[in-house]
Amino acid sequence: MALVFFYAPIDADQGFVQKIFYIHVPLAIVALCGWVAGGVFAIQHLRTGDRRWDLRSYVAIHLSLIFGVAVLATGSIWAKASWGHWWVWGEPTLVSFLIVFLLYCTYQPMRFSISDPGKQARYASVFAITAGAFVPLNFVAVRLATPLVHPRVFTRVAGQLPGSMRLTFLVSLLAVALIFTTLWKLELTSKNASDQLRRLRRRLEERVPAGVS
Amino acid sequence: MQALLAAAPALPLHEAGKHVAGAYGVFVTLLIVYVAIMGAKVARIERDLQALAELVEDREL
Repeated sequence: MALVFFYAPIDADQGFVQKIFYIHVPLAIVALCGWVAGGVFAIQHLRTGDRRWDLRSYVAIHLSLIFGVAVLATGSIWAKASWGHWWVWGEPTLVSFLIVFLLYCTYQPMRFSISDPGKQARYASVFAITAGAFVPLNFVAVRLATPLVHPRVFTRVAGQLPGSMRLTFLVSLLAVALIFTTLWKLELTSKNASDQLRRLRRRLEERVPAGVS
Repeated sequence: MQALLAAAPALPLHEAGKHVAGAYGVFVTLLIVYVAIMGAKVARIERDLQALAELVEDREL
Protein backbone atom coordinates (compact mmCIF):
# COMPACT_ATOMS: atom_id res chain seq x y z
CA MET A 1 0.00 0.00 0.00
CA ALA A 2 2.88 2.34 0.83
CA LEU A 3 4.47 1.55 -2.55
CA VAL A 4 1.17 2.14 -4.35
CA PHE A 5 0.43 5.50 -2.77
CA PHE A 6 3.87 6.94 -1.99
CA TYR A 7 6.39 5.28 -4.33
CA ALA A 8 4.71 4.67 -7.68
CA PRO A 9 4.36 7.91 -9.67
CA ILE A 10 0.97 9.30 -10.59
CA ASP A 11 0.06 8.27 -14.13
CA ALA A 12 0.34 11.12 -16.62
CA ASP A 13 -2.68 9.99 -18.62
CA GLN A 14 -5.21 8.81 -16.01
CA GLY A 15 -3.96 10.60 -12.93
CA PHE A 16 -4.57 9.36 -9.38
CA VAL A 17 -7.37 6.99 -10.38
CA GLN A 18 -4.77 4.71 -12.03
CA LYS A 19 -3.85 3.53 -8.49
CA ILE A 20 -6.79 1.11 -8.81
CA PHE A 21 -4.62 -0.78 -11.33
CA TYR A 22 -2.42 -2.09 -8.48
CA ILE A 23 -5.35 -3.92 -6.86
CA HIS A 24 -7.61 -4.65 -9.84
CA VAL A 25 -5.08 -6.36 -12.15
CA PRO A 26 -3.37 -8.55 -9.48
CA LEU A 27 -6.82 -9.65 -8.25
CA ALA A 28 -7.85 -10.58 -11.82
CA ILE A 29 -4.60 -12.50 -12.47
CA VAL A 30 -4.81 -14.38 -9.16
CA ALA A 31 -8.52 -15.19 -9.63
CA LEU A 32 -7.89 -16.58 -13.14
CA CYS A 33 -4.86 -18.57 -11.88
CA GLY A 34 -7.02 -19.89 -9.00
CA TRP A 35 -9.59 -21.21 -11.47
CA VAL A 36 -6.87 -22.85 -13.56
CA ALA A 37 -5.37 -24.33 -10.36
CA GLY A 38 -8.84 -25.68 -9.51
CA GLY A 39 -8.79 -27.51 -12.86
CA VAL A 40 -5.28 -28.90 -12.21
CA PHE A 41 -6.33 -30.17 -8.75
CA ALA A 42 -9.41 -31.73 -10.36
CA ILE A 43 -7.19 -33.62 -12.84
CA GLN A 44 -5.21 -34.93 -9.88
CA HIS A 45 -8.46 -36.00 -8.21
CA LEU A 46 -9.63 -37.94 -11.26
CA ARG A 47 -6.18 -39.52 -11.68
CA THR A 48 -5.67 -40.60 -8.08
CA GLY A 49 -9.22 -40.81 -6.72
CA ASP A 50 -7.99 -39.01 -3.61
CA ARG A 51 -10.80 -36.80 -2.22
CA ARG A 52 -8.30 -34.29 -0.84
CA TRP A 53 -7.58 -33.10 -4.39
CA ASP A 54 -11.29 -32.47 -4.92
CA LEU A 55 -11.40 -30.41 -1.73
CA ARG A 56 -8.36 -28.41 -2.90
CA SER A 57 -10.05 -27.79 -6.24
CA TYR A 58 -13.31 -26.75 -4.57
CA VAL A 59 -11.61 -24.28 -2.22
CA ALA A 60 -9.49 -22.76 -5.05
CA ILE A 61 -12.59 -22.20 -7.18
CA HIS A 62 -14.60 -20.86 -4.25
CA LEU A 63 -11.88 -18.35 -3.32
CA SER A 64 -11.40 -17.31 -6.95
CA LEU A 65 -15.11 -16.53 -7.11
CA ILE A 66 -14.77 -14.19 -4.13
CA PHE A 67 -11.73 -12.58 -5.76
CA GLY A 68 -13.79 -12.39 -8.98
CA VAL A 69 -16.43 -10.32 -7.17
CA ALA A 70 -13.65 -7.94 -6.08
CA VAL A 71 -12.30 -7.79 -9.69
CA LEU A 72 -15.72 -6.87 -11.07
CA ALA A 73 -16.34 -4.29 -8.33
CA THR A 74 -12.93 -2.61 -8.56
CA GLY A 75 -13.09 -2.73 -12.38
CA SER A 76 -16.50 -1.08 -12.42
CA ILE A 77 -15.32 1.68 -10.09
CA TRP A 78 -12.24 2.24 -12.29
CA ALA A 79 -14.42 2.24 -15.43
CA LYS A 80 -16.76 4.83 -13.91
CA ALA A 81 -13.83 7.06 -12.95
CA SER A 82 -11.98 6.70 -16.28
CA TRP A 83 -14.65 6.17 -18.92
CA GLY A 84 -17.71 7.61 -17.18
CA HIS A 85 -19.60 4.29 -17.28
CA TRP A 86 -19.87 1.51 -14.70
CA TRP A 87 -19.81 -1.13 -17.45
CA VAL A 88 -18.97 -1.18 -21.18
CA TRP A 89 -20.67 -4.08 -22.95
CA GLY A 90 -18.64 -3.61 -26.15
CA GLU A 91 -15.31 -4.27 -24.41
CA PRO A 92 -14.16 -7.92 -24.82
CA THR A 93 -11.95 -7.95 -21.69
CA LEU A 94 -14.81 -7.01 -19.37
CA VAL A 95 -17.44 -9.22 -20.95
CA SER A 96 -15.13 -12.25 -21.18
CA PHE A 97 -14.26 -11.98 -17.47
CA LEU A 98 -17.96 -11.70 -16.66
CA ILE A 99 -18.66 -14.85 -18.74
CA VAL A 100 -15.93 -16.79 -16.91
CA PHE A 101 -17.23 -15.50 -13.57
CA LEU A 102 -20.83 -16.48 -14.37
CA LEU A 103 -19.63 -19.88 -15.59
CA TYR A 104 -18.00 -20.53 -12.21
CA CYS A 105 -21.10 -19.19 -10.40
CA THR A 106 -22.85 -22.35 -11.62
CA TYR A 107 -20.16 -24.59 -10.06
CA GLN A 108 -21.50 -24.59 -6.51
CA PRO A 109 -25.22 -25.09 -7.35
CA MET A 110 -24.18 -27.91 -9.71
CA ARG A 111 -21.94 -29.48 -7.09
CA PHE A 112 -24.42 -29.37 -4.23
CA SER A 113 -27.34 -30.54 -6.35
CA ILE A 114 -25.71 -34.01 -6.36
CA SER A 115 -26.26 -35.87 -3.10
CA ASP A 116 -23.93 -38.83 -3.63
CA PRO A 117 -20.47 -37.62 -2.40
CA GLY A 118 -18.44 -39.73 -4.85
CA LYS A 119 -20.51 -38.70 -7.85
CA GLN A 120 -20.50 -35.08 -6.62
CA ALA A 121 -16.69 -35.01 -6.49
CA ARG A 122 -16.33 -36.64 -9.94
CA TYR A 123 -18.84 -34.35 -11.67
CA ALA A 124 -17.36 -31.28 -9.97
CA SER A 125 -13.88 -32.34 -11.15
CA VAL A 126 -15.07 -32.71 -14.74
CA PHE A 127 -16.64 -29.25 -14.53
CA ALA A 128 -13.46 -27.76 -13.00
CA ILE A 129 -11.25 -29.26 -15.74
CA THR A 130 -13.51 -28.12 -18.59
CA ALA A 131 -13.97 -24.63 -17.18
CA GLY A 132 -10.29 -24.43 -16.19
CA ALA A 133 -9.27 -25.17 -19.79
CA PHE A 134 -11.69 -22.47 -20.96
CA VAL A 135 -9.95 -19.78 -18.86
CA PRO A 136 -6.59 -19.59 -20.78
CA LEU A 137 -8.38 -20.09 -24.11
CA ASN A 138 -10.66 -17.21 -23.26
CA PHE A 139 -7.67 -15.07 -22.21
CA VAL A 140 -5.84 -15.70 -25.52
CA ALA A 141 -9.00 -15.01 -27.53
CA VAL A 142 -9.47 -11.69 -25.77
CA ARG A 143 -5.81 -10.71 -26.32
CA LEU A 144 -6.23 -11.38 -30.02
CA ALA A 145 -9.45 -9.35 -30.19
CA THR A 146 -9.32 -5.67 -31.06
CA PRO A 147 -9.51 -3.71 -27.82
CA LEU A 148 -11.90 -0.80 -27.73
CA VAL A 149 -11.10 1.06 -24.55
CA HIS A 150 -9.48 -1.38 -22.11
CA PRO A 151 -5.70 -0.67 -22.04
CA ARG A 152 -3.04 -3.29 -22.82
CA VAL A 153 -0.10 -2.69 -20.50
CA PHE A 154 1.86 -5.95 -20.70
CA THR A 155 2.69 -6.17 -24.39
CA ARG A 156 5.96 -6.51 -26.29
CA VAL A 157 5.33 -3.57 -28.58
CA ALA A 158 3.99 -0.66 -26.57
CA GLY A 159 2.63 0.63 -23.30
CA GLN A 160 5.45 -0.76 -21.13
CA LEU A 161 5.29 0.23 -17.49
CA PRO A 162 8.11 2.37 -16.09
CA GLY A 163 10.39 0.64 -13.53
CA SER A 164 8.81 2.05 -10.36
CA MET A 165 5.29 1.19 -11.54
CA ARG A 166 6.40 -2.29 -12.59
CA LEU A 167 8.02 -2.94 -9.20
CA THR A 168 4.91 -1.73 -7.36
CA PHE A 169 2.73 -3.90 -9.56
CA LEU A 170 4.90 -6.99 -8.98
CA VAL A 171 4.87 -6.44 -5.20
CA SER A 172 1.07 -6.02 -5.31
CA LEU A 173 0.74 -9.21 -7.37
CA LEU A 174 2.89 -11.10 -4.88
CA ALA A 175 0.86 -9.71 -1.95
CA VAL A 176 -2.48 -10.68 -3.51
CA ALA A 177 -1.12 -14.15 -4.40
CA LEU A 178 0.04 -14.60 -0.80
CA ILE A 179 -3.37 -13.50 0.53
CA PHE A 180 -5.02 -16.02 -1.79
CA THR A 181 -2.67 -18.83 -0.73
CA THR A 182 -3.11 -18.04 2.98
CA LEU A 183 -6.91 -17.96 2.73
CA TRP A 184 -6.88 -21.15 0.62
CA LYS A 185 -4.80 -22.92 3.26
CA LEU A 186 -7.03 -21.55 6.06
CA GLU A 187 -10.26 -22.72 4.43
CA LEU A 188 -8.72 -26.07 3.52
CA THR A 189 -7.58 -26.66 7.12
CA SER A 190 -10.98 -25.64 8.44
CA LYS A 191 -12.82 -27.97 6.04
CA ASN A 192 -10.47 -30.88 6.80
CA ALA A 193 -10.90 -30.36 10.56
CA SER A 194 -14.67 -30.16 10.17
CA ASP A 195 -14.74 -33.38 8.09
CA GLN A 196 -12.57 -35.30 10.57
CA LEU A 197 -14.70 -34.07 13.46
CA ARG A 198 -17.88 -35.25 11.74
CA ARG A 199 -16.31 -38.64 11.03
CA LEU A 200 -15.12 -39.01 14.64
CA ARG A 201 -18.55 -38.11 16.02
CA ARG A 202 -20.23 -40.63 13.70
CA ARG A 203 -17.85 -43.38 14.82
CA LEU A 204 -18.40 -42.48 18.46
CA GLU A 205 -22.17 -42.46 18.07
CA GLU A 206 -22.01 -45.87 16.38
CA ARG A 207 -20.10 -47.25 19.34
CA VAL A 208 -22.42 -45.85 22.05
CA PRO A 209 -25.28 -48.38 21.57
CA ALA A 210 -22.77 -51.25 21.45
CA GLY A 211 -21.22 -50.08 24.74
CA VAL A 212 -24.64 -49.72 26.37
CA SER A 213 -25.78 -53.23 25.47
CA MET B 1 6.80 9.97 11.42
CA GLN B 2 6.27 13.67 10.75
CA ALA B 3 9.43 13.77 8.63
CA LEU B 4 8.16 10.79 6.64
CA LEU B 5 4.79 12.43 6.06
CA ALA B 6 6.49 15.68 5.06
CA ALA B 7 8.67 13.84 2.54
CA ALA B 8 5.73 11.89 1.10
CA PRO B 9 4.07 13.39 -1.97
CA ALA B 10 0.66 14.98 -1.47
CA LEU B 11 -2.17 12.72 -2.59
CA PRO B 12 -4.81 14.36 -4.79
CA LEU B 13 -7.78 13.17 -2.76
CA HIS B 14 -10.54 14.97 -4.63
CA GLU B 15 -12.84 13.25 -7.15
CA ALA B 16 -10.42 10.44 -8.06
CA GLY B 17 -9.64 9.87 -4.39
CA LYS B 18 -13.21 8.74 -3.72
CA HIS B 19 -13.02 6.16 -6.51
CA VAL B 20 -9.62 4.85 -5.41
CA ALA B 21 -10.79 4.65 -1.78
CA GLY B 22 -13.95 2.87 -2.95
CA ALA B 23 -12.01 0.27 -4.95
CA TYR B 24 -9.58 -0.52 -2.12
CA GLY B 25 -12.47 -0.36 0.38
CA VAL B 26 -14.42 -3.02 -1.56
CA PHE B 27 -11.44 -5.39 -1.45
CA VAL B 28 -10.74 -4.79 2.25
CA THR B 29 -14.46 -5.20 3.11
CA LEU B 30 -14.66 -8.50 1.20
CA LEU B 31 -11.52 -9.70 2.94
CA ILE B 32 -12.85 -8.76 6.39
CA VAL B 33 -16.24 -10.43 5.74
CA TYR B 34 -14.50 -13.60 4.51
CA VAL B 35 -12.13 -13.72 7.49
CA ALA B 36 -15.07 -13.10 9.88
CA ILE B 37 -17.03 -16.00 8.33
CA MET B 38 -13.97 -18.26 8.55
CA GLY B 39 -13.45 -17.15 12.15
CA ALA B 40 -17.03 -18.13 13.00
CA LYS B 41 -16.53 -21.53 11.34
CA VAL B 42 -13.31 -22.16 13.27
CA ALA B 43 -15.07 -21.18 16.51
CA ARG B 44 -17.85 -23.71 15.73
CA ILE B 45 -15.25 -26.42 15.07
CA GLU B 46 -13.64 -25.62 18.42
CA ARG B 47 -17.01 -25.91 20.21
CA ASP B 48 -17.75 -29.23 18.47
CA LEU B 49 -14.31 -30.53 19.37
CA GLN B 50 -14.85 -29.56 22.99
CA ALA B 51 -18.23 -31.33 23.04
CA LEU B 52 -16.65 -34.42 21.50
CA ALA B 53 -13.82 -34.40 24.02
CA GLU B 54 -16.37 -34.17 26.88
CA LEU B 55 -18.30 -37.09 25.39
CA VAL B 56 -15.15 -39.22 25.23
CA GLU B 57 -14.21 -38.28 28.80
CA ASP B 58 -17.71 -39.19 30.07
CA ARG B 59 -17.49 -42.59 28.41
CA GLU B 60 -14.05 -43.28 29.88
CA LEU B 61 -15.18 -42.48 33.43
